[in-house]
This record gives sequence, structure tokens and C-alpha cells, in this order.
Amino acid sequence: MEDLPDADTPPTDMPPRYHTGRLPNSKAGDGKPRLLLMGQRRSGKSSISSVVFHKLPPGETLYLETTTHIKKESMHSFMDFQVWDLPGQFNYFDPEFDVENIFDEIGALIWVIDAQDEYLEAIGRLNQTILNLQSRYPSINIEVFVHKVDGLSEDYKSDTFRDIIQRVQDELSDHGYENAPVSFYQTSIYDHSIFEAFSKVIQKLIPQLPTLEALLNSLCAACRIEKAYLFDIMSKIYIATDTSPTDIGSYEICSDYIDVVIDISEIYGWDRPAEEGKKELIETGNNDAESLITMERKGNNYLYLREINKYLALICLMGDDSPQDKKSIIDYNVGVFQAALKQVFPRADREQLQPE
Amino acid sequence: MNTAKRQKQRKVLLMGKSGAGKSSMRSIVFSNYVAKDVRRLGATIDVEHSNIKFMGNLMLNLWDCGGQDGFVENYLTHQRNHVFGSVAVLIFVFDIESREFQADVISYSAIIRALEECSPGAKVFCLIHKMDLVQTRLRVQLFEERAEYIRSASEGFRDVVEFWATSIWDQSLYKAWTQIIYFLIPNAGTIEALLQQLAEIVDARELILYERTTCLMVTHVTRGVESNNPFTDRFERISSILKTHKQSMAKHTGIPAGSANFAEMQIKTGRFMFFITRLTENTNLAASIPASEQVFNTARINIQLVRPKFAELDIAAKPRPGIQQAFAHSADSEGMRREDDLSRGRGKEAVNLGEF
Ligand SMILES: Nc1nc2c(ncn2[C@@H]2O[C@H](COP(=O)(O)OP(=O)(O)OP(=O)(O)O)[C@@H](O)[C@H]2O)c(=O)[nH]1
Ligand SMILES: Nc1nc2c(ncn2[C@@H]2O[C@H](COP(=O)(O)OP(=O)(O)OP(=O)(O)O)[C@@H](O)[C@H]2O)c(=O)[nH]1
Ligand SMILES: [Mg+2]
Ligand SMILES: [Mg+2]
Repeated sequence: MEDLPDADTPPTDMPPRYHTGRLPNSKAGDGKPRLLLMGQRRSGKSSISSVVFHKLPPGETLYLETTTHIKKESMHSFMDFQVWDLPGQFNYFDPEFDVENIFDEIGALIWVIDAQDEYLEAIGRLNQTILNLQSRYPSINIEVFVHKVDGLSEDYKSDTFRDIIQRVQDELSDHGYENAPVSFYQTSIYDHSIFEAFSKVIQKLIPQLPTLEALLNSLCAACRIEKAYLFDIMSKIYIATDTSPTDIGSYEICSDYIDVVIDISEIYGWDRPAEEGKKELIETGNNDAESLITMERKGNNYLYLREINKYLALICLMGDDSPQDKKSIIDYNVGVFQAALKQVFPRADREQLQPE
Repeated sequence: MNTAKRQKQRKVLLMGKSGAGKSSMRSIVFSNYVAKDVRRLGATIDVEHSNIKFMGNLMLNLWDCGGQDGFVENYLTHQRNHVFGSVAVLIFVFDIESREFQADVISYSAIIRALEECSPGAKVFCLIHKMDLVQTRLRVQLFEERAEYIRSASEGFRDVVEFWATSIWDQSLYKAWTQIIYFLIPNAGTIEALLQQLAEIVDARELILYERTTCLMVTHVTRGVESNNPFTDRFERISSILKTHKQSMAKHTGIPAGSANFAEMQIKTGRFMFFITRLTENTNLAASIPASEQVFNTARINIQLVRPKFAELDIAAKPRPGIQQAFAHSADSEGMRREDDLSRGRGKEAVNLGEF
């Protein structure tokens, strides 16, 4: 295809470090970024993919067997993407591998390092991989997950994290790639950190991110919302938030809140036989699920959830005392937000009418 | 307060071999621990007493009896009358993983004999615990074998002893404790009758009364098709959802879990509407109603109006007159006749249902 970005163009002086606003190396318009999970054997790649995308309870990853061939998962959500779990045992730059096939069109490479293990060899391979990619696919985001940080003491954890960053950056600057798009995260499947890291990785691949952030900002301003998140309901990855400072705490509250709403909806959303003479009542119900939690103590946060379309939910943390008074303002502004979002993601909305 | 006089003290013994999991379950059910925190607990030395106020007029006097041989020997000899006198309930915990099941049963037998001698009218619940350690497909059979064996060693209690399979890692713990608590509530029948009236007036599909601090179900009424709800474990599942939510809010707001209560939680969808709100000082009421804003709003108002009636029940065990005058609106006074699964102890203290 003609519009395939030429992978051999030398990197510009200042390659975009964070959000690029386009899908690197993607055949324009197909909109299906691919995420590669790479790293040493037993570093936790399959565990991450199972916990995040298949809701496997973290404890059960102990029974996962080593991966022997590339496992491709298609995630069908507000946007489609693929996750490829690459076995740790191969060298993908070996001539026998079809490099084009693996690295073409990818959105991000996630490199998983086991922080509880000896990591020098892993870093050697990571550096090798980054250098290879920089010369051929310079705009692929490289996301380093310093993984299994549960069970490490705070001191050890931050020392390890700093040491790994240092070692990678030294190597990159030795080769003149100071500005390579490499980011680092501390993760564990035993808490929310893996979801937060994944959220940030995915956000960089959403071309509409700046628009979403602007929409959320104006929603927050209009309704005096402290923090608003747009969640992918299935994976509990947040695809955007307003630009006020984020902390993992508010992400966790919102993520736990989705669980509450999903669990209760499962319990009472079962298929009831049609109730005689009650049809007109049923029609007055909301089609988009909505939920509100008011806390008992004055001045405490309260939470608001609104299903936006088949895949996405808006979750807001508010610190005001009387949500009931503000309800109509919120309803109005969320309606505006929802309409705007339809233009940003027309597909998700269309599919709602024709579920596959 | 004069309510103290009316309080019913009920002595509950928690016994079983050391390490069986007695203190673990106590701290999860009554002290807002999460399952993964219990590893921190040390062995219980002698007896740990706790007084737990439940539903206002019921005071649980919980004796968590350290299970090491020396202590048990002492309970059976020097302290026999002190420990086994005026017991309302004995909860005996068996560790499913125990290597000395025979020895556990011999010790259980000795305890049962002491109980029969000092408190012949007591109720015995045997919890076969740590079921999570058994493979799913083997659970039922193993549970039944153990239960039968224990029953045959239950002396005078053999026909009334109840068995429950439990684990701190799922809602089975709540299921068992709900039964124990239900047994101890003096005015359960009255509460149920009042709840039944309320359900008909507000046209609820289901009402569930939860104790606030423990999130244990006190009782429930189910009407019409809702009795076909396929999620038969929903009562304890909601207990555990509520408890988890409480912990999540506590963790992120810095409020102790004991006070991280919500005033109200609402969920509205196209299939059902649901809310949980505070009913009395000690209880929360969960309501599942048809998906109609009108029914929803009427239900909320009526529940607010009926609060004082339930508040009186909180402190008084005596039957009260009907509640109809308390209602301002009636969403659907015809209501459907009840065909629910409530068979336990109903009608004993029935309130005046005449006018309905
Ligand atoms: N403590 C801890 N252990 C983890 C974490 N993530 C994964 N593990 C464990 O790491 C082990 C290996 O995980 P896998 O996901 O099979 O590793 P992999 O990277 O897919 O390995 P290969 O398929 O051989 O390349 C498992 O026993 C997991 O339970 C984590 O966040 N913390
Ligand atoms: N797998 C599993 N472990 C459990 C469960 N409940 C408790 N445990 C573990 O059992 C251990 C012992 O628990 P405790 O509650 O201290 O035991 P105890 O019965 O109070 O013991 P004593 O005080 O010595 O009589 C703890 O380390 C818990 O982690 C369960 O349901 N499943
Ligand atoms: Mg694997
Ligand atoms: Mg103990």
C-alpha cells in the first residue's frame, strides 16, 4: 500500500515521546494496533495477558504452562487491537524469524522484566531489541514493565526500578538514541498496577485521546467533578481521564466500583419471563445503565457511573455533599458528552444497534 | 440508654483445632479484615472475648477459644462450667486439610459431651473449613463424608447439628454465618412480616435486609418471578460485594472500614432498578424493583417513611401494630401474592396483616 509509512525514514530530530496521535507503522485506517508482549521465560507475559484480558484470578497463573508458540488474542472493544504473547525462548531477530510479520503494524512493544529475578540478561536482550527496533521501526512505543513488584520491600523496589531505567538509558545514549520512545512502569498482577500500566500503554495508541481529554475536562468543569474516567468495561482499562492529576487511588476506587455494578447487574439482570401487564413500566427504564453511590459522611467522595455505549462507561468521583440537587445538571452534561463521544467513536455506537 | 436492659446477650462459642481458621473468620466477618490479611494473625491464647452488637437488641458474646491442646484440656476440666455454661450456639470449625481428622473428631466429641451436660439446649453448627484447598470436583463428596462421620459423633445433638462448607476466599463464609445469625435473632419473624408488607406496597421484586457492620443478611422477601432468579447464592454474594466495596472505600479515603458506609447506592438499568439504603442504625435495605423511574421514586419515599417502624423493631422484640398508616404513596397496592422460598420460622410473631 502506498500510504504505508516508510519505515526506513530516519527519525526526526525530536521524535514524539508520548502520545503520537497516529498509529505507528499501521496501514492507515485499519485502526488495529497490535501489542507485543516480550521478555524472558517466566517473566509473567502470559499471566499479564490472562489476568487483564481473561479475568483469570492472579493466584491461578501459578498453573500456567510455558508458552511454546506465538499466542494471538484479538480484543474487540471500543477499538480493536491484538495482543501477541511471544514465548520467551526465541530470539526474534534471528534471520529464521519473519521480522516483518511480527513487527510490522505494531502499536507498542511491552517488555516484561521479572523484578524478583536476576535481570541483567533480560536487560541485555531488551537493549538489543530496542536498538534493532530503533533502526527499523523508530516510532514503536517501547513499554518496559518492571514486573512482580509485589513482595518486594519499598526500598528494594525503587532501587531496582531506578537501576533498570539507568541501565537502559545508558545503553541508548551510547548509541545516540536518547529520545527513543521508551517508558517504564512498576507492575504486578496482584493489584491494580498492571491495569493502570496497560491503560497508559493503550492511551498512547488512541488517536482521539486529546479530544477525549478535552471533553472530560469540560464535563468536570461543568459539573464540578473531581475526577472523571472513561473505562473500557470489559478490561477495566481506562482509555482517558481529565487532565487533573491522577493517582492510583482514585483509579482503584473507580475500578472496584465497576465490579460492584457489573456483579449486581449480573444478579438482577437475568432474563425474566415477560410480566403480565407490566410492559409499559419496563419501557420507562434506562437503556444505559446508571449508578450513584452517596457516602454517609458529609464531604466524602461520592461516585457516579454511566454506561456510555456497549464498551465504555464514564465514572466520576465527586466531593460535593448533595448529588441529588446536581443530578439534572449531571444528566444534561453527560448527555452532551455522550453525543460528542458518538462522533469520536461512531463504530461502537453503531454496533450497539446490531450486536453481532 | 434504657435499651441496654432489653438487650439479649447470646453466648457463642467458636471452637476447633488450632489453625482451623476460627480467628480468621471472626476477623473477616466482624472486624473488616480482608482474606489476605489473616495470615498476620497469631494463635489465640486461651479465650478472646468480643461483644458484638447486632441489630441493636442482640448482643453476641463471642468466645474465640484458642484450639491448642493445653487450652482445650483446660476448658474441659477446670473451666468446664464457666466455658460451657449458658451457651446459645457452638460453632465448631474443622480444617478440611487436617491430617488427623480422627483425632479432631475425638476432641469434638469431648466438647460436645461437655456442652450437652452444661447447655443441653444449645445449637451446634459445624463448619468444614478451607474448602478452597480441595479441588472443585471433589468438594461435595468429601464434605458429605466428613459431615456424616461428624454427625455420628455428635451424641445428643446428632439430629440437630448443621453442617456448612466454608472458605474465607469466597462467599460460602457469609452463607454459613448468615444462618448462624438468623438463628440468634429474636424477632426475625416480626421483621419478615414487616418486610413482606413493605415489599408489596413498593412493588419490589425483592427486599433484602443487611446488618450494616458485618454486611450479613438478616432476612429477605422475594416476590413473583424473582423467586426463579437463577443466582440462588445472591444474598451472600451481595454480602461479599458490599463488604469488598466497603474495604475499597476505606482503603482510598483513609476512613476506617468500620465507618466507610454509604448512605445510598443506586443502580438503574433497562432490566431492573436497585438500591441499597440505610434503614435503621444497624441495617441496610437492598431493594430490587422493576425498571421504572416511577416505581423507583415511590419505593425510595416509602422506605424513608417506614424507617421509624423498623427502628422500633431494632430495639424491641415485641410485635408492633401494622405499618400501613406510615405510607404516603402506594406504587402498586395489588401486588402479587408471595410465592417465595421463605419458610423459616415465619408466622411466629406475625404482625397485623389484616388491612392488606
Ligand atoms: N509474584 C508475582 N508472580 C507473578 C506475577 N506475574 C506472573 N507471576 C508468576 O510468574 C510465573 C510465570 O508466569 P508466565 O506468565 O507463565 O510467564 P511467561 O512470561 O508467559 O513465560 P514463557 O511463556 O515461558 O515465556 C507464574 O508462576 C506466575 O504466577 C506477579 O505480578 N507477581
Ligand atoms: N486456604 C485457607 N486458609 C485459611 C482459611 N481460613 C483460615 N486459613 C488460614 O489458616 C491459618 C490459621 O488461622 P487462625 O484463624 O489463626 O486459626 P485459629 O483456628 O484461630 O487457631 P488458634 O487460635 O490457634 O486456635 C491462617 O494462616 C489462615 O491464613 C481458608 O478458608 N482457606
Ligand atoms: Mg507464557
Ligand atoms: Mg485463633
